[in-house]
Amino acid sequence: MIKTLKVDAIKRGTVIDHIPGGMGLEVLAILKPRPGEVVALGMNLSSHVLAKKDIVKIEGRELTQREVSKIALMAPNANVNIVRDYDVIKKYTVSLPKVFSGVFKCPNPQCITNAEVIKTVFTVFDGSPIRLQCTYCERDYLSNELYS
Amino acid sequence: MNHLISMRDLNEKQIMAYMHLAEKIENGKVSINLQGKLMAALFYEPSTRTRMSFETAMKRLSGEVISMVGTAGTSVQKGETLADTAKIMARYTDVIVIRHPNEGAARWVSEVVDVPVINAGDGSNQHPTQSLLDLYSIMKTQGTLRDLNITLVGDLKYGRTVHSLVQAMSPFNPTFTFVSPPSLAMPDDILRELSDKNISFANTEDLNSSASSADIMYVTRIQRERFPDPEEYDKVKNLFIVNNSVLENAKDNLKVLHPLPRVNEIAVEVDSTPYAYYFEQAENGVIIRQAILAKHLGVAE
Repeated sequence: MIKTLKVDAIKRGTVIDHIPGGMGLEVLAILKPRPGEVVALGMNLSSHVLAKKDIVKIEGRELTQREVSKIALMAPNANVNIVRDYDVIKKYTVSLPKVFSGVFKCPNPQCITNAEVIKTVFTVFDGSPIRLQCTYCERDYLSNELYS
Repeated sequence: MNHLISMRDLNEKQIMAYMHLAEKIENGKVSINLQGKLMAALFYEPSTRTRMSFETAMKRLSGEVISMVGTAGTSVQKGETLADTAKIMARYTDVIVIRHPNEGAARWVSEVVDVPVINAGDGSNQHPTQSLLDLYSIMKTQGTLRDLNITLVGDLKYGRTVHSLVQAMSPFNPTFTFVSPPSLAMPDDILRELSDKNISFANTEDLNSSASSADIMYVTRIQRERFPDPEEYDKVKNLFIVNNSVLENAKDNLKVLHPLPRVNEIAVEVDSTPYAYYFEQAENGVIIRQAILAKHLGVAE
């Protein structure tokens, strides 16, 4: 007998599909679900596109394109579906922003953003690999150094 | 608002504007009067040369200075944030010169005050006034900043002056040679930046041969405090000593620079050769800081 993991369709909210396997928790950490929002997380599901994928569903919240861009580092190929009355009314693809503002903590313990209450700003250098530079301490980071 | 925070913010034209103004000040071709202007020196960390050369620069131009040196006995110790301290100082004075142990501190201050902010060193990140004085020393001794062979010797990993200098020279088509023990090599992110800009560089441990092709040899101190294990420090401290035999085949125009203080990395015998330029370099610090203050206070272009 084939067993499948079933997650209910949502009535209104956001479904993020094709997150690389294991990155779902990182995505949730960035999106910070609010109290009252029902969240379903599927991890390491089979996928045709990726070896393993994660899915995040947030009931009751429609993510904006700007919020979606925050997850571009850990899930560059994710699909974002906005659902109303069980129908997908809008689809976003994730795209890399030029700047991440207030999303990641600077890993440099000597950075002023870790000493005072300051919103971090990282400039994105879109190359291979993607690099990000803290506007304050000017250190360069690879993307996984920021979210791990 | 016109701040001086990082060499990364300056293009070739802006760098040359500092050089030309410093030259005019030094040659007496421009007279600058900062009477009635007050500079705040916010030094959260000890510094001798940088602070005193800023104070000298300001006073030589008839300006005035108030200083906070160290945080003992100040509102900082009562828990006041950097932002609050800086906002108050901005209400008292016309320009803020800041040194702070946290990287990015000067950029942060520049975002919360409405007077010009000059970075006098933020942790191991930037020290742009030192870089500009290094560039001024290079220009004075070589007649140009373009197409020079620059050899950097010593602690290339932690030394913020070498990081800033490498960035500062980038617009001028330099060729760099990095001489250091492997444990103190130039960090990868800086090498990556140089590759991105198509700047040629080489890493070597052969001090003698790099000395013979250099126009500028920039030597830095290997800092004992960077080594938790004294044995490790002993292993590297005497590896690269610039002495007269190293300079035997040097080009006539070679100048040896050092941000000072030195320990033993340049032998005292070098002081009396025509290659030694480190004391003049320190003197240039006052001139370049006069140019910086005049420019950022809006008194000169």
